[in-house]
Amino acid sequence: MFSDYSLAELGSIFVMQGFAGLILFSVFVLMALGLAIIFGQMGVINMAHGEFMILGAYVTYFTSQFFLNYLPGLFGAYFFLAMILAFFAAGALGMAVEWLMIRRLYKRPLDTLLATWGLSLILQQLYRTVFGPREVGVELPEWMMGSLPVTDMVEVQINGLFVMGLTIAITIAVALLMYKSSWGKQVRAVVQNRVMAGAVGINTEKVDRYTFGLGCGIAGVAGSAFTMIGSTGPTSGQLYIVDTFLVVVFGGAQSLLGTIASAFTISQAQSTMEFFLSGSMAKVLTLLGVVIILMLRPQGLFVIKVRR
Amino acid sequence: MLKSDRTFFLRPQDMIGIAILAILLVVVLPLTLDNFRLQFVGKYLTYAFVALGLVLCWGYAGILSLGQGVFFGLGGYCMAMFLKLESSSVEATKIQTTPGIPDFMDWNQITALPLMWQPFNSLTLTIIAVILVPALFAFIVGFAMFKRRVGGVYFAIITQALAAIMTILIIGQQGYTGGINGITDLRTLNGWDIRTDSAKTILYFVCVALLIACILIAYFVKSSKLGRILVAMRDKEDRVRFSGYDVANFKVFVFCLAASLSAIGGAMFTLQVGFMSPSFVGIVPSIEMVIYAAVGGRLSILGAIYGTLLVNWAKTSFSESFPELWLFGLGGLFIAVVLIFPNGLAGLWQTYIAPRLGPLFGGASARRASPPAATPPAAPSSGTAAPAAAE
Repeated sequence: MFSDYSLAELGSIFVMQGFAGLILFSVFVLMALGLAIIFGQMGVINMAHGEFMILGAYVTYFTSQFFLNYLPGLFGAYFFLAMILAFFAAGALGMAVEWLMIRRLYKRPLDTLLATWGLSLILQQLYRTVFGPREVGVELPEWMMGSLPVTDMVEVQINGLFVMGLTIAITIAVALLMYKSSWGKQVRAVVQNRVMAGAVGINTEKVDRYTFGLGCGIAGVAGSAFTMIGSTGPTSGQLYIVDTFLVVVFGGAQSLLGTIASAFTISQAQSTMEFFLSGSMAKVLTLLGVVIILMLRPQGLFVIKVRR
Repeated sequence: MLKSDRTFFLRPQDMIGIAILAILLVVVLPLTLDNFRLQFVGKYLTYAFVALGLVLCWGYAGILSLGQGVFFGLGGYCMAMFLKLESSSVEATKIQTTPGIPDFMDWNQITALPLMWQPFNSLTLTIIAVILVPALFAFIVGFAMFKRRVGGVYFAIITQALAAIMTILIIGQQGYTGGINGITDLRTLNGWDIRTDSAKTILYFVCVALLIACILIAYFVKSSKLGRILVAMRDKEDRVRFSGYDVANFKVFVFCLAASLSAIGGAMFTLQVGFMSPSFVGIVPSIEMVIYAAVGGRLSILGAIYGTLLVNWAKTSFSESFPELWLFGLGGLFIAVVLIFPNGLAGLWQTYIAPRLGPLFGGASARRASPPAATPPAAPSSGTAAPAAAE
């Protein structure tokens, strides 16, 4: 299958597909980061994660509309405000959900799965009723449009680059928060030994609530970033949820580094294969590969020992 | 082999419960509903096979599979392939470029019947395939995972991924599977037209008979020593392992059994509805099937049947009159069944109605749904489904 292309063409195909893979990778990482915090640190399966992401996307859409209508001069900068709003909207909803539902179910992880699935159905229908079934897309500010030529055959989109930069910034921020701040230390203490963490005076319930809120907030930011590269509809979130769960499980649930490594592997494998096979076969082969590797190595790529 | 310390595997109240269900399905519903509605009930009952499998697999053994739609679909597709081949005889398809192969293959420029389809020329092989293909698939998946002690939420996520893979595969391989439309336009079973009203009524009764048979199998498994081990394993897996049992083998068995039950449902679905499509295979239908079992009561074999009927009846009547409300209702049902009544209808029956019926009927109280004798009535706060994952 390679014989039809010259070496230079083949090289640029790989670079371009690699770049497309990097955009997919960024979306995966942003979604998986929130999920890894919730699933990895708290053991809760949040099937409604995609819907938190879509909430962020809708917030971004409405912010862009607001700027377009009332503050056209500042339109170039709306995205930064939208991102912050998306974070707090999704985070607040997440904390409310934790308080109403999740905290009663910590001992029954399979039941959280069913309950959050129900939540995702309700949210989807809510979006459909309130915002309409049509997919919406935001208008990109001037500076985010177009692409940068690297060589004659290779060029990269600016919005893609922006999403990647955003991903790196958020990942670093989360890593600092989890591994350097005292709050992150509390979260990790609760994960490693809940009873002892409580005994030394950590308010484990509060830590749980804020951890869940943080995970959902990051999902909101992911949704915000998602609007830069695609349109948003009420059911867009569901398309990504299985992939994201596989990313988190494949990486080893407790490890942020593992999540990033597995997001990279899966997205690169998928986008490279997509060029040579049909899109659906690329997806099937990628998912199947991940499932088979998980059968051989159920603990995932990276493992942290945890006392349960 | 499977010895029970009781002389007979059905307790009196189980027998009464099965008899009531049988009377309801065989006499009451056919007499009170018109043909159109009865066909709906027939369709719902095919999902009840899946719910039955889930009670054994999830309720008793603690293995939550979110991929039961895959097995339902495999059974349904096996049956649909046979029916499709029968309706694509050379005379019926003579306008095609290659007569004698299913129409969608012709549209996709396939000129010979693929090897995968060859066995489905024979009804006997098809019936064997309906039961064995899903069981074999479940065996491979279960063996690989349970031997490595993958359980709980990981198993749920991986089976869900399998459901996703299966749907994408079926949709993508249009020439071999009929793609997103599925396998449609099925007409006859060994020359017998399955589209007439009388045929559908007969198929309804066949479906009921098969369902009762499967219920008996489920009761047999539940009351056998195997059933006791499953419950013990769900609650304290390590102790069972240390007592010298190979836990993985029991899990593989119950997962395969659940797969075969689902597949029988799938095959009956194809026969009654007249087509099979990937929309019954994927993530969404698979997880909806879990809610049938959960609403009925994850520990109650008969409860699962009533749960399936009730949820589907609600779905049909809601979608007819208020389509946008249905997802709210279904979502709310998921949350309520987890937070408020984790043992489903059977649990409500057991707690509120059965004790009051007791004095009236002198003992034979728990007729509709009774949790196993080995399990104390689980309080809403205790984790009935968690143990497999909560280590």
